[in-house]
Amino acid sequence: MAQPTDDARHGHAEREAARRRVRANWLLSAPALAMLAFAASGPLLIMLVYSFLTPGDYGGIVWKFSGEGWFQVLFSRDIFDETVGLADAHLTIFWRSLELSILTTLLALVLGFPTAYFIATRPREQRALWLFLVTIPFWTNLLIRTFAIMELIRNEGVINSILLWLGVIDAPLQMMFTEGATLVGMAYVYLPLMVLPLYAAMDRLDFRLVEAGYDLYATRLQVLRKVILPLVKPGVIAGSILVFIPSLGAYVTPRLLGGGRNMMMGNFIELQFGQGRNWPLGAALSITLLLVVMLALVVYVKNANKGGAGHG
Amino acid sequence: MTRTVKAIGAAAAMTLVAAGPAMAEGTLNIFNWGNYTNPDLIEKFEQAFDVEVTITDYDSNTTALTKIKAGGHGFDIVVPSASYIPIYVRDGLLMETRPDQMENFKHVDPRWIDVDWDPGRHYTVPWQWGTTGVAVNSAVYSGDPNTADIFLDPPEELVGKVNVVPEMSDVMSIAIMAEGGEACTTDKEILKRVRDKLVAAKPKWISMDYGATEKLAIGDWAASVNWNGSTFRARLENPDVVYGYPKTGYPVWMDSVAVLSDAQNPEMAKAFQNFVMDPENAALISSFARYANGIMGSEQYMPADMKDAPEIKVPEEFASVGVFVPECPPEAQKLRTAIWTELQK
Repeated sequence: MAQPTDDARHGHAEREAARRRVRANWLLSAPALAMLAFAASGPLLIMLVYSFLTPGDYGGIVWKFSGEGWFQVLFSRDIFDETVGLADAHLTIFWRSLELSILTTLLALVLGFPTAYFIATRPREQRALWLFLVTIPFWTNLLIRTFAIMELIRNEGVINSILLWLGVIDAPLQMMFTEGATLVGMAYVYLPLMVLPLYAAMDRLDFRLVEAGYDLYATRLQVLRKVILPLVKPGVIAGSILVFIPSLGAYVTPRLLGGGRNMMMGNFIELQFGQGRNWPLGAALSITLLLVVMLALVVYVKNANKGGAGHG
Repeated sequence: MTRTVKAIGAAAAMTLVAAGPAMAEGTLNIFNWGNYTNPDLIEKFEQAFDVEVTITDYDSNTTALTKIKAGGHGFDIVVPSASYIPIYVRDGLLMETRPDQMENFKHVDPRWIDVDWDPGRHYTVPWQWGTTGVAVNSAVYSGDPNTADIFLDPPEELVGKVNVVPEMSDVMSIAIMAEGGEACTTDKEILKRVRDKLVAAKPKWISMDYGATEKLAIGDWAASVNWNGSTFRARLENPDVVYGYPKTGYPVWMDSVAVLSDAQNPEMAKAFQNFVMDPENAALISSFARYANGIMGSEQYMPADMKDAPEIKVPEEFASVGVFVPECPPEAQKLRTAIWTELQK
């Protein structure tokens, strides 16, 4: 075998081409990777470093190592008797954020699923228009939309005025500054993030399978559960993730619609960097939030995949 | 027309000096609280000194201090609150411009000269000052508004209708003083009572939010911890709104104009300090944001509705209980933050 066989030569050339392709791919992604390294990892690293430093007397940090920031995430010294206990204030705030995010995701799913189904079942030439309508709210700044919602639900607002005028109620309903207002506001804000991936999944859905389901005497509910849902599952997952993550850090909506009486994680972190003057704790809390989100995602995606394989 | 010419001229000048330092000689960069600077005042200054003025907003003392400490900001002037000025001076961030030797210094009300945060006024000149008290809609509650109990123990009529602005320093100070403590106390007996009182009062509040001017005027809230100038503006919209001075003590604050030690245009910045001490110009500041200014003789140039406004003119009986709250030392601040977190959990 002095000379390589044709096969081997061929294999060699193919490997060479593959290597070149890989190199080209790396080169092409280099700008994006550099951007990510710079704009995403950079600040995160700074946060990580800050979380291990000592708070400055008037905000900022002092370059002296301290584990106090991380200690305070979970534990607190009682200010009155100095006993160390679980930081129940932090856990309460964290749980409230988590609860709100889960409810927001569920509400967005309940509202978004029929919407996406509706769009996916329109004639092809109409769909672009419907999708376009879904994205319209994105054109307007979040703050302005939130203020507009306040105009609707405040005591002297549009809804109360109409109901009073119709005689349905005789005193204004207190809708603003309630948890319900926050929830509806959040679901509204993030709804497009749910509809778009759901639509993308339903667009690929082969509706002949749905018809087949009916032909085989499946009820509507069975078709939904056994045919449609498994097929659009990737869309449900993607949409849920897209809604859940920003909800967890939401800041403006809970403050404006909920009245800010009960803190959310986002507000709590802001407090540490602002009036609380405890940057290391703020940094540690941010990273904790990040880790929890990552953990939740990993578990969620893993479970979802397992479920998908079972159906496959 | 002149503005267009100016703009074109400026653009041409920019092109010419594009290779050199970006700072043109004739600019003054002001860093001030949002919605706080009268555009008429700025226009007048621009015309008098043939200079371009830029204004950048901030929303809290901490934000401003952090940005300035970071450097590279390009600002000439900042307007910090009294409690923050010693921190700026300590960190060497301010230029000692000696306003006390400036021409218009004679107009400064003697009350505002030998102040704790800048004795003799070697660094700063008064911008505006005000108080933090309570605003009450008298159509809902007609009792005495001059008490911290409006939010610490709301009367029946106000339960579920009171807002508390989420401004830790102001709220904690009023609550601590209502329990007989000094604003920055570390006395745990007092702080415990304060915590219990706040936690017990919270279910009777409707929200902890900003934006009181509009929400009091419209009627979203029947009462709120609020600033005097904001309450004044609310009253102009809704005559039922009254301002109360908690008789157990309330915070007084002042924001002052300072020149940064790394100012790009210190001469122009000093000229601005002198400029705002002129009574006519000080009146422009007040007629916009609706707070008093500390310059004698400015009243005559103010809008008629400001002269006897009860929100601006502190009644004799409450004048002595107003307290300048310093930025609390770290130990006191830690306790305050812990109570504040407990309150909002």
